[in-house]
Formats: sequence, structure tokens, C-alpha cells
Amino acid sequence: MSCDDCTRSNLLRRAVAEAGRGLPEIEAGMPIPAGTGLSRREFVSRTAGLALAVYGGAPLVAQAFDEGIANAAEAAAASGRILVSVFLAGGIDSLSVLFPAGESNYYSLRPTLALGQGTGIAYTGDSRLRWNSAASGLATLYGEGKVSVLPAIGYANSDQSHFTSRHYWEVGATDPTLRSGWLGRFLDYAGTPDNPLQGLCLDTALQPSLATTKVPVATIQAADQYTFSYAGLPTHPLESSIFQEAANIGAAHAKAATDPGLGGAGKIALTSHELAYSLSPFGYGFKTPVAYPASSDSFPHRLASLAAMIAAGLPLKAVSITAPGSYDTHATQASSLTKNLQLTSDSLLSFQRDLESRGVADRVLVHVWSEFGRRVQENGSQGTDHGSAGLGFLIGTQVNGKQLGAYPGLTGGGVNSSGNLNPTADFRAIYASIFEQWFGVDSNQFLPNVGAFERPVLLKS
Amino acid sequence: MHYDRSVAAVPVYSGAFGKVQAERLLWRAGFGAREGEAEALAKLGLKAAVASLVQPASTDLVGPAPVDEKGRAIAPADAYGHDHLWFLDRMIRSKAPLVERMTLIWHDWFATSNAGVASQQLMLNQNQLFRQNALGSFADLLTGVTQDPAMLVWLNGNQNAKGRPNENYGREMMELFTLGADRGAYTETDVREQARALTGWTGSAAKGATSFVYNAALYDTGTKTIFGKSGAYAWQDAVQLCLSHSLHPSFFVTKLWSYFVPTAPDAATLAALQDLYGSRQIAPVVSAILQHPDFYNGPRMTKPPVVFNAGLMRMRGLYVTTSQWWSLGKSAGQQLFYPPDVSGWDDTKWLDTGTFRARWFIATLTQGGGAPTDSPADPAKLVKRALQFWGYPTLTDRTTSLVLAFAKAQLKRGNAPALVETALRRLIVTSPDLQTV
Repeated sequence: MSCDDCTRSNLLRRAVAEAGRGLPEIEAGMPIPAGTGLSRREFVSRTAGLALAVYGGAPLVAQAFDEGIANAAEAAAASGRILVSVFLAGGIDSLSVLFPAGESNYYSLRPTLALGQGTGIAYTGDSRLRWNSAASGLATLYGEGKVSVLPAIGYANSDQSHFTSRHYWEVGATDPTLRSGWLGRFLDYAGTPDNPLQGLCLDTALQPSLATTKVPVATIQAADQYTFSYAGLPTHPLESSIFQEAANIGAAHAKAATDPGLGGAGKIALTSHELAYSLSPFGYGFKTPVAYPASSDSFPHRLASLAAMIAAGLPLKAVSITAPGSYDTHATQASSLTKNLQLTSDSLLSFQRDLESRGVADRVLVHVWSEFGRRVQENGSQGTDHGSAGLGFLIGTQVNGKQLGAYPGLTGGGVNSSGNLNPTADFRAIYASIFEQWFGVDSNQFLPNVGAFERPVLLKS
Repeated sequence: MHYDRSVAAVPVYSGAFGKVQAERLLWRAGFGAREGEAEALAKLGLKAAVASLVQPASTDLVGPAPVDEKGRAIAPADAYGHDHLWFLDRMIRSKAPLVERMTLIWHDWFATSNAGVASQQLMLNQNQLFRQNALGSFADLLTGVTQDPAMLVWLNGNQNAKGRPNENYGREMMELFTLGADRGAYTETDVREQARALTGWTGSAAKGATSFVYNAALYDTGTKTIFGKSGAYAWQDAVQLCLSHSLHPSFFVTKLWSYFVPTAPDAATLAALQDLYGSRQIAPVVSAILQHPDFYNGPRMTKPPVVFNAGLMRMRGLYVTTSQWWSLGKSAGQQLFYPPDVSGWDDTKWLDTGTFRARWFIATLTQGGGAPTDSPADPAKLVKRALQFWGYPTLTDRTTSLVLAFAKAQLKRGNAPALVETALRRLIVTSPDLQTV
């Protein structure tokens, strides 16, 4: 193939690959657990060391490879702020996370689900509310001023379809036709064509918030799970050459194919190859300085791998991850909500401690969201149906730890004629503030029609 | 018979119907082509080819029954992941590929997950319901789904009772199954009233299929107002109200079309398809879509992961002999009986860096570790032999020239022809050509 259709880093990588075709892909015990006390430069050098070990390439070529990754990592450090978007799928019941023990009608509206007045943890943002004990991790961070609470976030005339409402949050507008994500449009502006890690989804499928139209983004389960070897499968002696050639074929189709299906599939083959090289040091695992909850769910592990990637200086900008379980609790709500809230909250506390321990906490803002809240009155199945305003959090050392928007209350104007909480904050205003205050960019280029929204102050002054 | 049709007929493709077109038909309406199948189908011509799929002569399974890696029969109702193997096996062995493909489509349309049902037996029963009605009446299908135990558990229909309505099923039957959101088809009040009409069902997964019964004492006998009409509606009325809603046919044909063609139908096609759907029969609409010019002239679609998997195995003449397929399917983004949520899988987002990796492993496992004998040191012959290994799938010229250049370079580098040939096998099925059709 002609090489003018390759990015610079692809050229470098091809040069490395050409230098040693046919050598075994990976040798056990060679590289390091990344992100444990190594500086970014050291990490990058070790990455190049791995490339050398894999391909046996000439020193000159390895240097060039080193430089390619180093450039991306240096660029990340220069503008190193990262947003981590945590999705609570299904529409979490805000009144079971911060519960209004101070309102008597809470107990008449929620005869089986209401949490007792003597239970939970005090919440200083509003004397009517208390934290569910299962949210103790969040309550701890809140006590340290590291959590800003959005007790009733949403939008006017909210749509009670999971899929429509979630779509609005994902595209950053109440527009059913928009196809790019609110963070994807930012990445198209701030990202580069050869860094899939800039938009990183730690789920089994790409979170639509990260959907770009120009630059590549990545989907992996965790940093240490993106190797192209698989237990029980035969490894071909030419494995690395095959993988390289698959990327070349992909690049050719991405560049020249008139068919969007072929072009899109080609781009993914190319991006996968780039990503596997960037993450190769993690193929041998990583060390974590703090304990995470022991769970059969992968959420704590995925967060731990994210902290290691951030500490290793990988060029991340926007990250998305879906929290465990479903909050679409139409029936027997308490058991599943409690279990999932506990694991999510405990894991987020560990993640924050991990970032702090590694000295990178100031670079990270965590945004927790769900597509809507739930009906104020419980249904007859010890559950709740779809509602309007819901719950959100901003977490990190840089947030101001305030409540953003009032808790509307269960009486008077707090509840609409359909029995749902009225929003006191709009998700688009939060998005605009994140762009302006966290990333320092003009939000109008990414979010349609947000000029009229008042911008809440998110960060410490 | 319509003698005074006000709506024109659905356009029919009139271009060449050769191997390439037959391959697209077999991949989109089934699970790819075994060696020689596309050529044989092409000989029938478009109309007879589509008819052979829509009215299959047999629904038999052909070939050895599925087993795990130890040669034991699979246990789809009991062993985790074996439900996936059971359905995958039917995709590989059925003589009625469109029936299995429609069953997969209904599994996506009425997406139910065993993560919420917790009974593989109920999920298998639901799958048989989809299969029995695969190309029949959508009215029968919707009626069956509304009283299906797995669905009753999944969307809390078994907890929806007089005085304590649960809106979950009523909302999704309108939003996802029959009418669509954001079209002005229904209001939030309709959702609440529909839930009341649907009251009366009870049962529990733990007690098994026979525990699901209609109990009149749990039915809300009051008057409901739905879509502007009032009556003492019950669950059968709720089904009929959706089916006879003026916005149901357009929803139905557009959604069905989207499973087969990646571009939207033009207005005339949409109107003609709705006309075909007058009696709520599925087969005439599917048959028309499979003969539409856009089906053959339009851009490629990404094959769903399980279709890719089943198709590669058919190309190789393989059958289910390992349980690895379910975990690979999961990693590729499609674990059968576990769709991500009630809206099903997103057919526009099958490929990302994570799912590409799993497709790589599916290709590797299907290919196996065997090496050919007597491989010639001739790049063109090696490419041909590698294509033969997979039953001669059609490749684009771009990919063909790249793999040929790869073979030349590898031979020049001194690599053994057999090694190059097995490398070519992998490159063929991981190429963009085989991810899409």
C-alpha cells in the first residue's frame, strides 16, 4: 500500500513491525506493571523497550517509536485534565440515595420503600435529606468537600422513555436526531487523528456520549485486557505480522472505500492495532496502591485500571464507564438498588483514594449521571415507575463541594402534576460549565442553544 | 385481491442477480453461505431465491447435534451459556435460515434478557414463540408476547394488578414494540391507562411456566381511556389498540426494514410496504424488502456478531463442539438471551475496538490451528487456496490486491508457504469485507 494515507505514528509502528516480522509477539516476564511509581518518561521508555523486545527492531526505529508515544503523552500532560463520566443505567431513584427523612409525606408516598428516620448518614446540604447508608463512600467524600450534589437534575418536560431521555443526555441536547455525543464533539475539536485513547470507553460497547465524527476513540474492558492473545486459541508464528497487515488493509479501506460500511470497519481495524500497541505494557497487569471492593462485577477493576492508565500518563481526555446493575427498579427496588449503590459508591471512593495516592487526583473530574429520576409515589410492586428530575454528582479534589440546585421537596411546587420531581438544574448547563470551567473551552461550539442557561460554578475558586 | 390499489407496488430490484447478490441475500436473511450455496441460489433468480427463504421446504436441522468440549450434549435450559450455544447451533444447522434470522430479529425487537428473567427455560420457551411466529401474523406474535412468561417477568407484567399498576410493559409495548417514541402516537396518560388494561397476569419464574395465569381478580375492570377512546379495556384490547393504531404500520415496516437495509426507505416504498402490511402478516413485508432495489444497490451493513460467528462456521463446515462461543459472543457484543436492555442491540454500533478484538478471536477459533500441506511458493495460488479454505467468499478488489502483496512480501522474506497460507486465511475473514455485507 502507499503510505501517504497513514498517520505518522502508523508509519512509525509499521517501521518497527517491518524490522522484525515473524518474531514471537510477546515474551513472558518482559515488561513492567505500568503506572506504579514510574515517571511518564520511564513508562514511555519501557513501552519502547517492549516494542524492542517484541520486534527486535534496530535502535533507531525503536527511538522513533518511543518518540511517537512520548509526543502523545507529553501533549496529554500539557492539557492533562480528564473527565470521567459514570452512567447509572435505568434511571436511579434519587429519593433512595438522598432520602427526605425530614418530610412526613415521604413516609405516606413510600409505605414500603421509605428509609427510616434514624437510618443513614447526615447530609449538610439540606436538613430534610439523609444519605442512604449504602452511599457511605459518597458521604465520606462529601464530608471532605469532594462531592457536589445535584439533587434534582433534568430538563423541562422530561421524556419518560429510557432511550429518548438517555439519548438527550448523551448528545447534550433535547434533539432526537443528533448522532454525535456531547463529549465526542469536544474530542473532534480537541483530539488528534492518531490517539484513540483520548476518548476511552471502559464498557463492552461504545458509550454514545463519546461518539465522534472525525477522530478515533477506544472501547476496552480494562487496560490489562486489550491483548490479542486469548487462552485456548492457537497463536500463529506470524501473528504480529498478520495483525499489522489487518491494520494496513483496514487503513486502505478507511482511506479509499466509497462504501461507509467498509470504510468504518477498516477504521476500527486500524484503531484497534494502534490501541493494542499503546496498551501493551498493561498486558502483564498493573499494581494498585489502594484496596478496591472485592466483587464479581468488573467495575472496581475497570476503575483501578483507569487510575493506573492516568498515572502512567496515557493521553486520555474523556472517559466513560457504566456502573454495575440496573436502576430501572419497577419492582422490589430496595434489594437491587442497595447492592448496586453500595458497590458503585465504595468503588468510586477507592478510585478517588487511588488517584490521590498516585498524585494525579487534581487532573480528574468525575461526573455521575442517570437518564431520569423515578416517580415520587411507589407503585404496587415495591418499586417505582419512571419519573422526571433525577440525581447527579460531580466528584474530585477540584469541585467546590456545594449543592447545585435546590432539593425541590415533596410538597407544593416540588412535584409536578404527574407526581414527578421538578428539576432545579439542567443537564445542559452542567455540560456547558464542564466545558468552560474544567476544559477551558467555549461550550457553544459543542452544545446547541445553551446560551440562555445560567452557568453554575463547579470548581473551587 | 386489490383491483383499485391507490398505492403503487413495492419496487423490485431488476439488476444482475449473481453470486455477489446471492451472498448478500444469504448473509442478511440468514447466516452466510456454505461453499457453493450462493452460486446455487443465484441460479434460481431473485424471485425464486427469495421465495425459497420465505417459504422454506424444510425447517429440519442438518448435521451433528451441539456438544461441549468434552463431547457432552449441551444443556440449554440449565448450563450457563448453553442457551447461546443452542441458538447458535440452529443458525448453523437449520434448513430454514430466514426463520432463524427472523427469530433473532424478534429476540432483538422484543428484547428480553435472562439477566432479569433468571430462567433459561422461560427464555427458550419465548424463543420458540418467536420461531413459531417468525414469518406469520404480527398480531399473533404480539398477543403471544404479551402473555409470555419471560416477558411478564422481564417487564413486570406479572406484578401489574388492579389498584397497583406497573407501567413497565405497557410503556414498552407502545414505545418499542408497536408505535415508537416521539411520534405523537401516545401520551403519558395513555401509558398509565394501558397499564391498567394490562392488569390480571400473575406467575413467577421460580415456580415455572405453568404458574403464569390470568387471574380475573387482579384485573382492573374500570373504564380506561386510551388513544382517545374509552372502554373497560382488558389485555387483548390493549394489544388490538396498538395494532390498529394509525401509526403502527409505519413503525412496523420502518423498523423491520432497518434490520435488512442500512438506508431509510423512500416515501413511496414506505407507503407500499404499509399497504402490504394491511393484514398484519409479516412474510409479505419481508419478501418485498428482500427484493427491493435498495437491498442490493445500497451500502454494506455490519454483520451482527452472532451472524458473523455462525456464518464463518458454515463457511468452514463446522458445528458447535465447544462452549467458548458464548463468551466470545459476549465479548463481541452479542450474548444471546442477554440483550443490553429492552431496546435490544444497537445494530448501528456493532464495531468498536473491543468488539473487533472478539471478532479476531472468533476468526482465530473458527480457523483452528491446522496447517496445509503442499503449499506452493506462489502468492496467487496461496490466496486462492486460502479462499478455498473458507468456501470462496467474494472479496473486494482492494483487499484481494493487498493480501496478494502481503503473500508476495512474506514469501520473499523467506517464510514458509504453509505459514503464509494460514496467515492469509486469517486476513481474509478479519478484513472489512467479511465484517460487512
